[in-house]
Amino acid sequence: MTKIHVNGRDYDVAAEADTPLLWVLRDTLGLTGTKYGCGIAQCGACTVMIDGQATRSCQVPLDSIGSADIRTIDAIEQDGIGRKVVEAWVADQVPQCGYCQSGQVMAATALLKQNPKPSDADIADAMTNLCRCGTYNRIAAAIRRAAQA
Amino acid sequence: MNAFLKTDLSAALPLISAQGVTNLSRRRLLGLGAGAFVLGTLLPALRAEAQNAVSVKPGTRVPAFLVIGKDNTVKLLSPFVEGGQGINTGLAQIVGEELDVHPSRFEVECAPPGPDYAIINGLRLTGGSFSTRSSYEVMRKLGASAREMLIRAAAARLNVKPEALTTEDGQVVHAASSRRLAYGELAEQALALTPAENVPLRDPATFRYIRQPMARLDVRAKSTGKAVYAIDQKVEGMLYAAVQHAPVLGTEPQGISNEATVKAMPGVDAVHRLPGAVAVTADSWYRARKAVETLEVAWSKAPASGFEAVAADYSSSGLLAALKASDASGVSAEKDGDVAAAFAGAATIVDAEYDAPYLAHGQLEPPSSMARFNADGSLELWVPNQMPELFQGIAAKVAGLTPDKVILHSPMLGGFFGRHFAYGSSNPFQQAILLAKATQRPVKVLWSREEEFKMDALRPLSFSRFKAALDKDGRPTAIQVRTVGEGPMGRWFGVTAGSKVDSSAVEGIVEKPYAIPNRSMEYARFAHPVTIAFWRSVGHSMNDYFYEGFLDEIADAGKQDPYQLRLALLKDRPRHLKLLETVAKMSGGWKRGPYEADGGKRARGVALASPFGSETATIAEVSLEKSEVRVHHLWIAFDPGSIVNPAIVKSQVESAAALGLSAALFEELVYKDGVRQSHNFDDYPILSRSAMPKVAVEIVESGAPMGGVGEPGLPGIAPAVVNAVAALTGRHVRSLPLAKAKLGV
Repeated sequence: MTKIHVNGRDYDVAAEADTPLLWVLRDTLGLTGTKYGCGIAQCGACTVMIDGQATRSCQVPLDSIGSADIRTIDAIEQDGIGRKVVEAWVADQVPQCGYCQSGQVMAATALLKQNPKPSDADIADAMTNLCRCGTYNRIAAAIRRAAQA
Repeated sequence: MNAFLKTDLSAALPLISAQGVTNLSRRRLLGLGAGAFVLGTLLPALRAEAQNAVSVKPGTRVPAFLVIGKDNTVKLLSPFVEGGQGINTGLAQIVGEELDVHPSRFEVECAPPGPDYAIINGLRLTGGSFSTRSSYEVMRKLGASAREMLIRAAAARLNVKPEALTTEDGQVVHAASSRRLAYGELAEQALALTPAENVPLRDPATFRYIRQPMARLDVRAKSTGKAVYAIDQKVEGMLYAAVQHAPVLGTEPQGISNEATVKAMPGVDAVHRLPGAVAVTADSWYRARKAVETLEVAWSKAPASGFEAVAADYSSSGLLAALKASDASGVSAEKDGDVAAAFAGAATIVDAEYDAPYLAHGQLEPPSSMARFNADGSLELWVPNQMPELFQGIAAKVAGLTPDKVILHSPMLGGFFGRHFAYGSSNPFQQAILLAKATQRPVKVLWSREEEFKMDALRPLSFSRFKAALDKDGRPTAIQVRTVGEGPMGRWFGVTAGSKVDSSAVEGIVEKPYAIPNRSMEYARFAHPVTIAFWRSVGHSMNDYFYEGFLDEIADAGKQDPYQLRLALLKDRPRHLKLLETVAKMSGGWKRGPYEADGGKRARGVALASPFGSETATIAEVSLEKSEVRVHHLWIAFDPGSIVNPAIVKSQVESAAALGLSAALFEELVYKDGVRQSHNFDDYPILSRSAMPKVAVEIVESGAPMGGVGEPGLPGIAPAVVNAVAALTGRHVRSLPLAKAKLGV
């Protein structure tokens, strides 16, 4: 059993040490808001916050997590900045198919936690998740909106 | 896919005698691999079933579409599947307008299979940018019928004449006595009434919801991780399955050298052999995947290329060479005037060969499917799909059941772009059925991204040869095009049987608006062994690039400005002229360049396209950074005739533009030695934020019949960008993607 701390709760997880956090979240804990897109940290659909840092959970083995504080999209509205990001996403009507947006919202929330007033260059540096619907410009607009909220 | 409206699909035949297809083994025809065979025989049956089923007239039976709860909630069962295009919101606006319920209070879900939903020419599908335009009138009438039934039920309840009643956002109102009845109180009686004939529709001048930029119904759920896709489905007692497909399409698993070791891995339930694949079922997907990738499988020798079989020496470069070398006689796709005479009298002749590569869909949700056999003998499926009744029919064949025993759920799609039609072995649901049968447990199959790159059905690699005659003033007098290849309409719906032209191979080359009097377009079918697919904007995705790119070559050869040449060739086409002038204005006035901007040299290109009943005009601004094309700005004027939701229309055009740019700049799926050379997004780059330009979209409502919205923004992008590159470098790039062109300044 490995103990992990997700969205303010403790969980005991029975899985191999190398199991990526993504699959622990989705299949073991049933937190399916976090998405699988590529499994090789290219797309960012699986982004969660670990100790406030945007992290691609497909690359985080269970035995590397320790006592870290994991936050997922499923609890985004319990986070003050997360709520602002969600409201901005709604105001700018960002999602289309929506599949990448869990990861986009998590990456944007982590960015605004570290840098409350990001420049366009900061947004470009931080927001590297892929979106096949091409919502990149709306994502940037929503982050600027959330930064002003 | 416009051809869905034009083509009589009952003529669809199994595509067995296709040219270039050999080695059709009995297993391939009768087994799971025979996707087209199943399709070809099922389609006419589907249509007949829809037409005959208890004489249901599709789109008219109100209770099949609307569920109004006692709590006044309104659920709309949609003929279409939502995959990002915003159809759920659009339908809520259309039905809500006539029903008199605010669209924000609708819940919309994809309806189960059934004859009520076959509203596209007797068929049901989500694709071809058809959904809104095909259902607009039907859904308005449906909403109006339901409202009239609610009024009649209220009249009976209140003992007044229906004429004395009005409605107000979900309530029937009797103004004279100030009495109100909520729809929820009336629904049960109202929906049991027989719909009236010819219920009048609202005067469009009084629309409150249609044509408004209303918020999408699904945006909050999609911003908080609550939207549920096929990959998120779960049922009690379910096993997870992962798959390893044959490296070469058409080969089979022959031996597994370490099966016992893999069976002993943690959580593993069983190892399975499937057509063209091996699978592991386990208690979590990660365990199943690890186990299946540990399997050491000996695969059969690759057969010769055939239907669903790729030879061991197959390559995309070899196919392109074969398309170029083909002297197969073609059929005429368009003919007018006297082409030979025009060439004989030409002052200048221009010719060029254009090609575009195989493309993957790259939708971000990898394919999955869940299957459960229920105690009552039915099969329940959760499957990403764009055509529920067709999938139901195929599933029934695979399971050995009748279609009425197959319960099909169509979850929201994490992107589709054409990915989720039935493409034989490129769909996972058949595997889910076989594995659920083998394990006697519910099974969810999920393909890893790598398996998806192996099995995705592809936008076909395409080729056309162009030749134009110019007069002494540099004006084109004739154009001649030979297209060699195969399109998905021909492959999956059999429309190229006999002498018919595959619309999906030539759309974008034929029916152009330009006044070039002498035209000869021919199409020669050349079958690919590769599983080919519909891909956002289908034939337009490459053909508008070919045609509009070549038109700029004509302009340069005739020493004309490309924008001015288009104006001249469109002088009798007011709809196109207006769009061209609109896009020029949006971009601050036409200028081709090159010119200096932000310390570098930039140039612009222009292109028109007429996809799916809509019209677009696009201008792109580019520069070169080192030798790579940088697109700074896209301006798109878009005329879909008339619209339902301007905000969603703009989003769709932006999205299509991004995908078009991704294909123009980066995307190419290469075959070498029978094997695809891309495995994931690291070796199949798609458009990222860093390459995303500014995109400006302006909607022009010409009032022409309603056209499509989801796909038409795409085809103009590649030619506008390539034409801008030509203005900058003097070189017309005739093969995509631009990333492989060696562009020096």
